[in-house]
Amino acid sequence: MSVLGARGISPRQVLLAVAAPVLGILAWHLSTTGRAYSLIPPPWDVAVQWWDLAFGGVWDDLYSETLLTHTLASLSRVYGGFALAAAVALPLGMLIGRIAVVRDLLDPTLQILRPIPVTAWLPLAMIVFGIGPRSAFFLVFLGAFYPILLNTIFGVKNVEGRLFEAAAMLGVSRQAIFWKVVLPAALPSIFTGLRLGLGFAWVVIVVGEMTGVQTGLGAIIMEARQLSRTEIVVSGMVTIGVLGFLSDQAVQALGRRLLRWSPQHG
Amino acid sequence: MDDVMAAPRAVTSAVLPILEAQHVTKRFAFGAETITALSDASLRIDKGEFICLIGPSGCGKSTLLRMVAGFESASEGSLLMWGKPVAAPGPDRGMVFQDYGLFPWLTVTQNVGFGPAARGRPKAEVAATARRFVDMVGLTRFADAYPHQLSGGMKQRVAIARVLANDAEVVLMDEPFGALDAFTRERLQEELLDIWAKAKLTVIFVTHAIEEAIILADRVVVMSPGPGRIVADERIDLARPRDPTSPEFNALRRHLSGLLGGHH
Ligand SMILES: Nc1ncnc2c1ncn2[C@@H]1O[C@H](COP(=O)(O)OP(=O)(O)OP(=O)(O)O)[C@@H](O)[C@H]1O
Ligand SMILES: [Mg+2]
Repeated sequence: MSVLGARGISPRQVLLAVAAPVLGILAWHLSTTGRAYSLIPPPWDVAVQWWDLAFGGVWDDLYSETLLTHTLASLSRVYGGFALAAAVALPLGMLIGRIAVVRDLLDPTLQILRPIPVTAWLPLAMIVFGIGPRSAFFLVFLGAFYPILLNTIFGVKNVEGRLFEAAAMLGVSRQAIFWKVVLPAALPSIFTGLRLGLGFAWVVIVVGEMTGVQTGLGAIIMEARQLSRTEIVVSGMVTIGVLGFLSDQAVQALGRRLLRWSPQHG
Repeated sequence: MDDVMAAPRAVTSAVLPILEAQHVTKRFAFGAETITALSDASLRIDKGEFICLIGPSGCGKSTLLRMVAGFESASEGSLLMWGKPVAAPGPDRGMVFQDYGLFPWLTVTQNVGFGPAARGRPKAEVAATARRFVDMVGLTRFADAYPHQLSGGMKQRVAIARVLANDAEVVLMDEPFGALDAFTRERLQEELLDIWAKAKLTVIFVTHAIEEAIILADRVVVMSPGPGRIVADERIDLARPRDPTSPEFNALRRHLSGLLGGHH
């Protein structure tokens, strides 16, 4: 049945999507290449540096062929911190959203904690968790936590009243209401929260890896900055951008499968 | 006022009615004001009766239906089912909502099978029941579609199938055929009467259309607004299927039209 339209991407869309970065790189190239004392490296130098980071064979220095190691380290922190955030924020959000006592108990405190930026937690995190990966992990966790929590609360709180009536008159017991109605109805919001949370996890990874960890894309960006190896900084930035993009695409593909029923996602 | 005096029903009216409203009043707080949605309504419905509620917008039809369903409680008076106060919603009273109330994450078939599944019927039975009622309302081709992919009339048909598939004893229908084209409406009217007779359902059916009420009902209960109340309770003694072009039908139409017009 062709009721469900396939989500096709037209060549025109691809062309338009690629146009902006191509123009950007062109502008970057024109304004940096051939200048004797440019602080910003030209795109080609960055490309060569990225190749050396990934596969070696160009500079053969301390950084050659280390990209995979750093990427894996960052990936494990991003997904680890994200998973932990989801594991805490999902049940907590459901409790806050559905149970008044829990809401009255925790919501005010969370509202005060929420505006504190992740960067502001950095010094405290390093005191509590020490210098190293545990602080990084904590900061990523924090970055992913609030979007998941808030969207979960919103989702389970804003279930259309009519659906409860429909379930009740069809014979759903009180205990089953949560699984049969609340959770599926909240799924689009929860999903949005997870997607935003994962996005934030990538955003804060650099800050998280400013905590003195040895490996990670954030760590080499910080280290290269001190060594004025700006090509490495930009290579790290590009890698984070691409990985974040791919991970978001994967999440969205999952969403389209799970939320086929939702006009916003399907 | 609602005592049925005629002989044919004398036997059944002696037994316990399936539903009884005794001087039911319903008030809503509306800001600082109080709105009386329904005032002193009394009504007695025997098992197997097909009742149509008609009346202008805002006269409390949905309110009365929602109280029978157990979604609202009466401000005064009492609502009884088999002599016991209606306390909460339950699968013995199925409701077809004016705005459908379908579960958007379930397909047509899953929506229709939702009740039986929720009440723990075996999987195979749920599937067979769902398929039967999806076919009945003519949605076979859309069995796997989600609600947002359906037109208003199609959603309405899912809502009807969902309640019928759940084997409710009382079926409450809030303008269920309002969004349908004439052809589909006539077909579903026939289907509904068929199921009603076969399954010995008790139906309370809200409609704005006088003709629809006369086609379907054993009794037409006429309501009027400001505040909402019951102003007439007319028995329709025509044999089914009813012919809208017959003189008796027309006489009833004129009579009910007069009752409605006189209370605006
Ligand atoms: N939850 C509510 N809060 C406040 N007022 C309400 C509520 N529900 C219904 N009312 C009021 O009660 C009155 C009767 O409403 P009801 O929905 O029962 O009318 P109705 O006969 O079903 O009308 P329609 O034919 O337009 O569906 C209206 O004046 C309405 O504003
Ligand atoms: Mg209504």
